[in-house]
Amino acid sequence: MTEQNYDLIVVGGGPGGYVAAIRAAQLGMTVAQVEARHLGGVCLNWGCIPTKALLRVSELYHTMKRASEFGLEVKDLSFDLQKIVQRSRDVASQLSKGVQGLLKKNKVTVIDGYGKLLGKGKLRVEQDGKEIATLTGKHIILATGARSRVLPGLEPDGQFVWTAKEAMIPEKMPERLLVVGSGAIGIEFASFYRMLGAEVTVVELMDRILPVEDAEISAFVRKELEKQGMKILTESKVAKLDKSKTNVKAAIEGKDGKTQEDVFDHVISAVGIVGNVDNIGLENTNVKTDRTHIVTNEWCATDEPGIYAIGDVAGPPWLAHKASHEGVLCVEKIAGLKGLHPIDPLSIPGCTYCTPQVASVGLTEEKARSAGYSVKVGRFPSIGNGKAIAMGETNGLVKTIFDAKTGELLGAHMAGAEVTELIQGFGIARTLETTEQELMHTVFAHPTLSEMMHESVLAAYGRAIHV
Amino acid sequence: MPIKVLMPALSPTMTEGTLAKWIRTEGDAVTSGDVIAEIETDKATMEVEAVDEGTLGKILVPEGTQGVAVNAPIAVLLEEGESAEDIKPEDPPVSASAPVEGTAEAPEAASSSAPPVPVEKGARIKASPLARRMAGQKGLDLSAIKGSGPGGRIVKADVENARPGAKTPASAPAGSGPNAQQLADLLGMAYDLEPNSGVRKTIARRLQESKQIVPHFYLTVECRLDALLAARKDLNDRADGAYKLSVNDFVLMACAKALKAYPDANVAWTDDNLVRYKHADISVAVATPNGLITPIVKAAEEKTIFGISKEVKDLARRARDGKLRPEEFQGGTFSLSNLGMFGVKEFSAIINPPQACILAVGAGAQVPVVNDGRIEVATVMNCTLSVDHRAVDGAVGAEFLQIFKRLIENPTGLFVE
Repeated sequence: MTEQNYDLIVVGGGPGGYVAAIRAAQLGMTVAQVEARHLGGVCLNWGCIPTKALLRVSELYHTMKRASEFGLEVKDLSFDLQKIVQRSRDVASQLSKGVQGLLKKNKVTVIDGYGKLLGKGKLRVEQDGKEIATLTGKHIILATGARSRVLPGLEPDGQFVWTAKEAMIPEKMPERLLVVGSGAIGIEFASFYRMLGAEVTVVELMDRILPVEDAEISAFVRKELEKQGMKILTESKVAKLDKSKTNVKAAIEGKDGKTQEDVFDHVISAVGIVGNVDNIGLENTNVKTDRTHIVTNEWCATDEPGIYAIGDVAGPPWLAHKASHEGVLCVEKIAGLKGLHPIDPLSIPGCTYCTPQVASVGLTEEKARSAGYSVKVGRFPSIGNGKAIAMGETNGLVKTIFDAKTGELLGAHMAGAEVTELIQGFGIARTLETTEQELMHTVFAHPTLSEMMHESVLAAYGRAIHV
Repeated sequence: MPIKVLMPALSPTMTEGTLAKWIRTEGDAVTSGDVIAEIETDKATMEVEAVDEGTLGKILVPEGTQGVAVNAPIAVLLEEGESAEDIKPEDPPVSASAPVEGTAEAPEAASSSAPPVPVEKGARIKASPLARRMAGQKGLDLSAIKGSGPGGRIVKADVENARPGAKTPASAPAGSGPNAQQLADLLGMAYDLEPNSGVRKTIARRLQESKQIVPHFYLTVECRLDALLAARKDLNDRADGAYKLSVNDFVLMACAKALKAYPDANVAWTDDNLVRYKHADISVAVATPNGLITPIVKAAEEKTIFGISKEVKDLARRARDGKLRPEEFQGGTFSLSNLGMFGVKEFSAIINPPQACILAVGAGAQVPVVNDGRIEVATVMNCTLSVDHRAVDGAVGAEFLQIFKRLIENPTGLFVE
């Protein structure tokens, strides 16, 4: 057992924690990174990255099935699920090793173990319940992340009812799959399995899928997914699950109270996440929690001086890039850097990698209107974009929302090919506080999908060329 | 491109300052936040921090230079890979007045080409497009807004937080910077806090309003007091304890009689009309433990010197006891403020709105005066009239003072009408 002293201890090595650790090391602090499982956290090991590896495959497969549209001949198209999964695991493992290398390069001490606060500035690290070290740190950042939320009746059993983790390492391709919850995680798995041929049913309690997205985009994507053969039941819930030896019978209750029964091989529960606030010693501090999230101020500080929380454990939006950004901000604030700004929640983009992809930043049209803005809305469909037609990716829409008074870009919402790469353009526009003028005066390269962004802005002011 | 380091403004009203000291020398590597120089104004010394990273390539304004204009380039910072050759000669040092002789090592081009450029005008204000547009819509002057973005860039939030009053730096409201308490905390100064009383708040509000809204001008006259003092002594000698007239009683009476003789000064401004008062209701400034209050001698032009004296004594006593009725201190057409008893020679008072004039009376003192080419000793009192120019022009104020002065210097005039 060792006792060690650091400027900063980071508990949790996900995209919030390890980024905070590296930034702190860059600023000259001595840093300990405590991680109980895998460096890179859920994002890198069981979330964003491995699912993108899977979705790349399903998208390719989906495109290859359309080979004849492109004049290609593909015969006997098939896949090996085990190899697909293995590739996804290899990608995750490669990146996790990369994080390890980066931490080493930055002279961050990595301690494998489970961190538990003993009070202000003191952390006990355990392995298998046994104490292996007691660390003291001037500052401690909690970046313990979150885990899948469990609904009564939908408890994951590792066999029939999956969480995201089981869903990304299937042993056998399910024929019939039920996805409960239509947020980004639910829709991505639904899209993956559907494109590989499973019969997929999505059940959503709200009146639309991807409920945080703009309603128009939700409706657009729903239509596209249904065209692909996905069954989507909104304003519905799973009333009952009956497990047999080989499958699950689900009773799905609609808005009208009527119940329909269906049989599935597996059920994916994607009904949200809860923060990892239990059993990390918060009771030994003045850190406050709100349900399952740690309460922090705009600089990620908790109510206990010297203890901070970032990423999923500090509350929504539960996005890796928000966690990373908070990590950097928190550390820079600790270091006393000047000119820092709290994160503007409306400038955090969100991406969903179903087909078509969905990406957005800022306010939805509905929220902009209810916030009292008089808005100008521009829309541009992919069918009017040369590059999209050339690529054979004409199912898409770019929607932009401006404050009619000031020209502020209040929100941008996109569906279609590669929109997750396009959204940064609007993100930069928001951060730099451009108005419609600068966006209109920007020369967009031709032919690109990005031209849809330009046209959407022009459309908001009645000036679109290609519609 | 080499980055110019500009003379910063320590306060919204600062237009120039002294470059007191260079902390870093040419060739030093600096990073953002490093203190590179110290500048001084008449109020404070402040550190200049580098806002960019680089090498201090050239110092344009030497240590000890006075009158360096805000936003004038004071040094050039070189970015990575740049050398002193990258500094273009068209970057002349600019100062509000010439740099002190001798030490200046100004680039050659500076003297040969154009006269110093008024840099403030040309200096680029960093602001986001959205901030620019919003400031335009709100009618705010960007140069009066402090930017919180990278490198001092003005962003949306800065415009939203800016008050319309920030249009010109000079009229920035007191709330725009740290207040006295915050500043004291910041600097670790010792102090006690005393909550503002209602009277204090009223004084603050009314007088601030007066100074901000009423266009004041000031007229001062010297009055010889010898005759008045003699008359006062004569009258007081006969009093046998029944009364004791003060100089101020005579001054008040002189004001009232002068206003009666010259009613153009007994007026008040409103947007639609000039209010011409029919009586000289004289407000007398009285210092009380709670602050200033101005009880009124109403229709003073109709009262005797004894009546005035008695009334002032009574009002002042009750003012100090806090026992005045509202009608006894609300209203008044003209104010009188006397600090002579404290030995104040002369001062300018703030007009008590909505009145148009206030007379500030200094101490009577013996001074040598020239009379018919001979120096003699006389007791002289300085009186300064503060006037609301909207209601009373300079000549009108002067004429009133002339009458007033005649009454003071020839006090029998007080008793003949």
